[in-house]
Amino acid sequence: MNYLHIDHVSMEFPTPKGPFKALDNVDLRIGKGEFVSLIGHSGCGKSTVLNIVAGLLQATRGGISLDGKEVDSPGPDRGVVFQNHSLAPWLTAYQNVELAVRQVFKGRKTRAEMREWIRHNLALVHMEHAMNKRPDELSGGMKQRVGIARALSIEPKVLLLDEPFGALDALTRAHLQDSLMEIHADLGNTVIMITHDVDEAVLLSDRIVMMTNGPAATVGQVLEIDLERPRDRVALADSSHYNHYRQEVLRFLYEKQRKVEDFPQQQQRRQAGGMVGETRRRTVGAG
Amino acid sequence: MRLALTQSDWLQPLRGLARGDLSAFPWRPVLFPMLGILAFLLFWAQTAPMINTSLGQFPGPAQVYEQVGNLWAEHRAEQARAEEFYQRMAEMNERRMAADPDYVPRERSYSGRTTFIDQIFTSLKTVMMGFAIASLIAIPLGIVIGLSGGLYQAANPIIQVLKPISPLAWLPLVTLVVSAVYVSDNPMFSRSFLVSVFTVTLCSLWPTLINTAVGVGNTSKDLVNVSSVLRLNWFTHVRRIVLPGAVPMIFTGLRLSLSIGWMVLIAAEMLAQNPGLGKFVWDEFQNGSSQSLSRIMVAVLVIGMIGFVLDRIMLALQRLVSWDKSAVLR
Repeated sequence: MNYLHIDHVSMEFPTPKGPFKALDNVDLRIGKGEFVSLIGHSGCGKSTVLNIVAGLLQATRGGISLDGKEVDSPGPDRGVVFQNHSLAPWLTAYQNVELAVRQVFKGRKTRAEMREWIRHNLALVHMEHAMNKRPDELSGGMKQRVGIARALSIEPKVLLLDEPFGALDALTRAHLQDSLMEIHADLGNTVIMITHDVDEAVLLSDRIVMMTNGPAATVGQVLEIDLERPRDRVALADSSHYNHYRQEVLRFLYEKQRKVEDFPQQQQRRQAGGMVGETRRRTVGAG
Repeated sequence: MRLALTQSDWLQPLRGLARGDLSAFPWRPVLFPMLGILAFLLFWAQTAPMINTSLGQFPGPAQVYEQVGNLWAEHRAEQARAEEFYQRMAEMNERRMAADPDYVPRERSYSGRTTFIDQIFTSLKTVMMGFAIASLIAIPLGIVIGLSGGLYQAANPIIQVLKPISPLAWLPLVTLVVSAVYVSDNPMFSRSFLVSVFTVTLCSLWPTLINTAVGVGNTSKDLVNVSSVLRLNWFTHVRRIVLPGAVPMIFTGLRLSLSIGWMVLIAAEMLAQNPGLGKFVWDEFQNGSSQSLSRIMVAVLVIGMIGFVLDRIMLALQRLVSWDKSAVLR
């Protein structure tokens, strides 16, 4: 359970009004081959956690250790899939993956082996047929598939997915979730996925890490999902276990961590009524 | 494939025309520019006779057209004279060699009058040289500045102050510096040529520099993250991630630079007395014959047309280099 350790990480961002504490003492241990989802309301710092693990941000306190080594800068041992595919628009799907493969396997694979490996990874995400198309000729789901293929192709120790399916329609999202489960079953990757989709979290994860609302967000509750794999979304829809897990997450998000949004109207009314003291976000039962 | 497609689209109406089908021909994009030019010529022909200068009436289209013929004829005559000269020299050398086998043949180059056509090519050579130097400085410098926020902030005030300076202000400085620094017994370039070139460089540097820096600075944050996750080295990062994204901006800068360079060149040639179209205009102005105004007008129109053609060439180059073939470039 200690392959990846997010070790008491805190994060403060400097702002003109003084430091803003985004994360407070986030501590998480993830085992090899485990699929962990981070769920929480928007703005709770999920992406900050992921960026710290990726090395794109440096924690103010605490650190990350992966496979026994501390990591503090980005590297190909942690493959990242961003929400907006982040493919180079001037390169074809094949070339986008090639850019990563050539960089990581330079001197370790021959040209022919690399070609084979790029094709193999594109086949994993069912994109072999469109590998010579450029991103603007691909649909959103297809672009995200290529993004996943690129992250897989560098054989990372951990795969970091930042709301990978957030921008896709429900049907495409379901397809991609199935593909991801397939890949995880085949390759046994260690995965951290950020999501705000409860069904997605329950369906895919071994554990769901629920985060409290920011500022100073931290791990609120961890839920073990003990559903047998392979999981089938249609069969699970009737499963009482599945629905129980789903309910647990929903309860956390909508009862314990209910987020009271400030609507401009309310704000005005409040200001007019002189109710200045009211807190903007009510957090009950944090931690 | 796309190129072939657009080509066949473009050829379609011509094929229709060949079949005698006039309705398929796209009249609007041909007819309207024609009407515009015709209206301009009419206006010009009407107003020109109303303006009287010390050198006589302002030339209308007809007089200018006549001078085009004259200038061309002068050029042909000069060419014929040059040919004659070289032939005579060859004959003379042959005779001398026959009389005295030890004789080393002398080669002299013909130094006749530079015609209008020669001036055009001199100007093109000068502007290309100045533009090439400017681009070779501006693009690499722009990349370096664009990649670093701090460097950009450091360079920006200097760029903004140097950018609007008129070529006429630079010229005396450039002249003095060139004549002080460029001292050679056997110079490869004449000083006046270098003065014009460096003035063009100084003025046409800025649009490319700024556009390159901005284009490079606008590299998508996600792609920069991808690059750092992959640990691409600086060179690969620039070549594979930064440059392709900045190409449209760089070309916008290059096109602006070239058109500014062409404008600046004419002024520089006038003042530096470097051969070229600027000098041609100046000489005709000093000459002050009854034909001078028409000849200057020919030069003015040719300057405009060359500027237009240079821009079109850059546009074609941009289309060739740009990865985004669907973008509308104009």
